[in-house]
Amino acid sequence: MVKPSTLTSLFGRSPFKPMQEHIGVAARCAAQVPELFEALSAGDQERVVSIKDRIYELEQEADDIKNELRAHLPKSLFLPVDRRDLLEVLDMQDSIADTAQDIAGLLFERPMEVPEKLKDPLLALTHRCVDACDQAVKIIGELDELVETGFRGRESDRVSEMVAELNKIETDTDEMGTELTRRLFAQEDEMKPVSVMFWYELIQWIGDLADYAEKVGNRLRLLLAR
Amino acid sequence: MEIIAEHGTVFLGIAIIFGLYMTWGIGANDVANVMGTSVGSGAITVMTAIIIAAIFEFAGAALAGGHVTKTIRKGIIDPSPIVNNPEILVFGMLAALLAAAVWLMIASTRGWPVSTTHSIVGAVVGFAIAGIGVDAVQWGKIGQIVASWVLSPVLGGTVAFILMISIRRLILNTDNPFLSAKRWGPAYVFLVGFVISLVTLFKGLKHLELELSVPMSFLVAAIIGLVIAAIGWAMINRVRIDEAANKDYHFASVEKVFVPMMIFTACAMAFAHGSNDVANGVGPLAAVYGLVESGGEVAQTSALPLWILMLGGFGIVVGLATFGYRVMRTIGTRITELTPTRGFSATMAAAATVVLASRTGMPVSTTHIAVGAVMGVGLARGIGALDLRVIGGIVVSWIATLPIGGILAALFFFTLKGIFT
Repeated sequence: MVKPSTLTSLFGRSPFKPMQEHIGVAARCAAQVPELFEALSAGDQERVVSIKDRIYELEQEADDIKNELRAHLPKSLFLPVDRRDLLEVLDMQDSIADTAQDIAGLLFERPMEVPEKLKDPLLALTHRCVDACDQAVKIIGELDELVETGFRGRESDRVSEMVAELNKIETDTDEMGTELTRRLFAQEDEMKPVSVMFWYELIQWIGDLADYAEKVGNRLRLLLAR
Repeated sequence: MEIIAEHGTVFLGIAIIFGLYMTWGIGANDVANVMGTSVGSGAITVMTAIIIAAIFEFAGAALAGGHVTKTIRKGIIDPSPIVNNPEILVFGMLAALLAAAVWLMIASTRGWPVSTTHSIVGAVVGFAIAGIGVDAVQWGKIGQIVASWVLSPVLGGTVAFILMISIRRLILNTDNPFLSAKRWGPAYVFLVGFVISLVTLFKGLKHLELELSVPMSFLVAAIIGLVIAAIGWAMINRVRIDEAANKDYHFASVEKVFVPMMIFTACAMAFAHGSNDVANGVGPLAAVYGLVESGGEVAQTSALPLWILMLGGFGIVVGLATFGYRVMRTIGTRITELTPTRGFSATMAAAATVVLASRTGMPVSTTHIAVGAVMGVGLARGIGALDLRVIGGIVVSWIATLPIGGILAALFFFTLKGIFT
């Protein structure tokens, strides 16, 4: 039986790899959302269900990574960043997966029809929100490099630029969401009132995907040395 | 006097066996920590580490091991009250060796971060109090030694911190980190060779009858540094940029430049460890040898024979080959956080600190200094997660090791005394 040496026990589990894994899974949840609406537009309820199942599975996987990460982040660990800031980034990442799950859940629970005039802008919005999540994945992917450079210098500038880019994408989604909502309300008389309410809710949720992605970036920026 | 004349060879035989046992233990348990920063960073394989350790532990012991050995042998105890009973010192040194070895064995099977150095110092002090009296301990010297135990990890950490910051300034935070790494790499390698050889050679090596003046020491160290830097330069030049790996991790190619550089710090670290820790095993052995050779002259001034240092080096290598490699194997898989740049900073800092301590005759803990150096890199925000509980464990082991080593030594001392008188 070989006991771990003193030096080995000095090294705790780094939280950064699991953070990257986690946002990878969360972004994959979000990436299912456009497909979900495509299936819905095509009236293919079976595919909606199978995509919903996949999202639920991925969300579960993200939850597992999150819980595992939290369990291995005791206060006795010395981290290069503030522990609470890091956990907040993690929460924001997790909200992406949760939001995708909410969207899928609603589409499963209440069969909805996509109004013809909303189809294209709706898909465009979902794709742009996925872009935002992908950008967040890239930003979290820079954590290794940030540790190497001590969260300062050129690398930190680079990450700041990436966050700025993410903010731009999010602004796009805001505008697209507003436009989509206006279209929805423009034809509210032709739709069932309850459907209008739920479509309004759904558009908000889709936008939330990008909102949370943006928050991941903004919270991460707090970790950079100023 | 008669006892030593009568049983002299037996005493020396026991001392050699205990000394070998102690150095074997050091090789088996300690060396994994020493080579850990190098193996853990993936810069060298376990096999390379063992070969490096075998050569440089031995070299460190033989070339620079004399000062600390002298401290263990003569620095801690004032033997003047027992000039007429030299056998007391023989029993005491044998008891101290055995006590330290036993305590280390218990601690290492439990995974406690106990230092070999602290054990042997505690054991020698324990015997001195029990066998001679409280006044026989040179408390001033003990104070210095204990202070060095606190100071040396802090110093190692500070140097590691500065090195890490300098690597970031000069290499990582530039337009082309890869080219900067290639440009500055040989300078860092020079630093390794220069610092280690300067500290070792400073004012010459008495037991090798090598006399050097201060400017001569600097000159020789600079030449050695340049030769090593040239070898390093040739090795670094062969490193090519790896586009595929860079995509995933921008500094992947920079890290590759530091891989050959880490071979030099690994050598330095093994050398440093040999120069300091071999004394733990052979210091008491040297004391017994001196007493037996001089026929019981307590205040003997005879020089330390080289074969004793070499015996210590040999013990470490055997420990390494029989058991140490197993401990080392676990390290490579457990420490993934140490990239070559971080490993370089930590190892270089630790090696320099240990060699400096060896030169001033301070028996320090190489493992604790390595922990301090890694902490220094961590403080530069360079490591994903460090478990601070280890620091608590180290502090507890300090507090526990001195009295336990001392009590064991006292017990063994009275046992040996009872057997032979």
